[in-house]
Amino acid sequence: MRTGYPVPGPIIRRALDLKSGSGVTVVVMTSVSRGFADLGRLMTRMTGDEKHGPSATSTLDVLWVLYDRVLRVDPARLDDPDRDRFLLSKGHGPMAYYAVLAAKGFLDPAVLDGFGGYHSLLGHHPDRTLVPGVEIGAGSLGHGLGLAVGTALGLRISGRTARVVVLTGDAELDEGSNMEAIQYAGRAGLDRLTAVVVDNDSTTTGWPGGIAARFAIEGWSTVDVDGRDHDALERAFATGTGDRPHAVVAHVEKKDS
Amino acid sequence: MTTVLAPATVPTSGTEDQRQRFYRVLPELLAEDPRAVAVFAVVGTGYLDPDAVAPVRDRVVDVGIREQLLIGAAGGLALAGLRPIVHTFAPFLVERPFEQLKLDIGHQGSGAVLVSAGGSHDWPAGGETHMGRRDVALLDTLDGWTVHVPGHPDEAEALLRAALPGDDRVYLRLGGTSNAVARPVADGRMQVLRRGFGPTVIAVGPLADRVLEATADLDVTVLYAATVRPFDAATLRATLGEPDVVLVEPYLRDTSTAEVARALRGTRHRVLGLGPGPAELRRYGTVTDHDAAHGLDVPGLRHAITTFVGAR
Repeated sequence: MRTGYPVPGPIIRRALDLKSGSGVTVVVMTSVSRGFADLGRLMTRMTGDEKHGPSATSTLDVLWVLYDRVLRVDPARLDDPDRDRFLLSKGHGPMAYYAVLAAKGFLDPAVLDGFGGYHSLLGHHPDRTLVPGVEIGAGSLGHGLGLAVGTALGLRISGRTARVVVLTGDAELDEGSNMEAIQYAGRAGLDRLTAVVVDNDSTTTGWPGGIAARFAIEGWSTVDVDGRDHDALERAFATGTGDRPHAVVAHVEKKDS
Repeated sequence: MTTVLAPATVPTSGTEDQRQRFYRVLPELLAEDPRAVAVFAVVGTGYLDPDAVAPVRDRVVDVGIREQLLIGAAGGLALAGLRPIVHTFAPFLVERPFEQLKLDIGHQGSGAVLVSAGGSHDWPAGGETHMGRRDVALLDTLDGWTVHVPGHPDEAEALLRAALPGDDRVYLRLGGTSNAVARPVADGRMQVLRRGFGPTVIAVGPLADRVLEATADLDVTVLYAATVRPFDAATLRATLGEPDVVLVEPYLRDTSTAEVARALRGTRHRVLGLGPGPAELRRYGTVTDHDAAHGLDVPGLRHAITTFVGAR
């Protein structure tokens, strides 16, 4: 299944007029097509470094597969009520996220250069009110799953079939708020909700029996997958029984390894 | 952890109280507004009429006793374009999921209508865990919340209806006691209940009748506020006699003192804040007992106000 939107697409650049505090949106058409191989260079624009933090890169392949092959999103239709929603719950290390958004036409690559600066739209945790295509502001751990549950409920109530995909980390699951969301999503049968847990073995106290088991016992379909294997990830997002929420546990190398 | 057995408070006159009104009109409001979704964490669901709810059942969500999810899910519903009406007791609506209010609603740039029950001590036998006097002060640390403190079931209903069409952040604090009559509250302004030449006494929500009684023979202006945020500084300034202000609030004492200071920053003035204090009484008993303990009965109010006025 390859449902990514076609490039070329519009690049949206929002400049902040700091004197008045008002936002100005400028839409610039571009014909540049970017692929997975370009992500490293895009990330370098933010870090100024050839090496990238493990928290950022642990998510890189998952993010790429989602935006390239899974999500039905279009930078030309940011407010489409039927768009799929991607919620980056953990918020940390967002360079990979911004790089993918730039590669897919949501961000002008030029804005990457100011990453983290006072005049930048791109912080070390994303703000949905600043960055086109970013569905939630995140950074404090354990908020994305609850927001995803509400979004999935809202779409179901509205009769829409858009998918909601929320990305968490294995250490983020230490936050108890996730368990409230996991439990309820299973009971409510939120079949358009997918949680992808990028597991870089960074949890403090571990998950005996595995992360997937926590979701499975609450009524989710689950799959464990190599978080670096694009075809396997694509298949993992396509599987699931379709009558319950779906959890993809994407295993990557251990943090700091 | 929420205890779910607290009864709806018993109105003094045998008529419907604010909370009972909310439960009765909620299905009707959902039927009228396809964007509206009620979100519960068990508390209150037992009071809804199943037959009235049936036509709007898909928009009555009960997440169980999960208050972080209560607010998180409301935030997601708002992101999906709906208008969440979120209900439970004040401490479980504002205190326990405070970071969810800050981030899942506020930081996202979203809104919701929060409807709390229990007030500061509407169920004293339930003890400190179910007392909500800190709610408005906590919301004051956040950005953009409108706070309504109705003094009558009719006011509560009117304020709730008015909140639904928007996308903003609204807190509706349902009180267990009410004034004898409803007052028009639609414009969000304070009303002049009595005009005098002396100090101003601001009575918030359900405390209006007691303030009027306690000050019946005093030369004071009495203002009534059913909406406290945004604070109606203009009316306070426009009606100010002697620059002495007494705030009588049913939630944490001095919650609005800083608002009065801002309103009168160009004028030398004095302020007395009355309301329940932060200390735990570690007492059970009745609402009347607790009102008296916090100086919110008529003799207590009269003593505090006359002492303050006489100290000029």
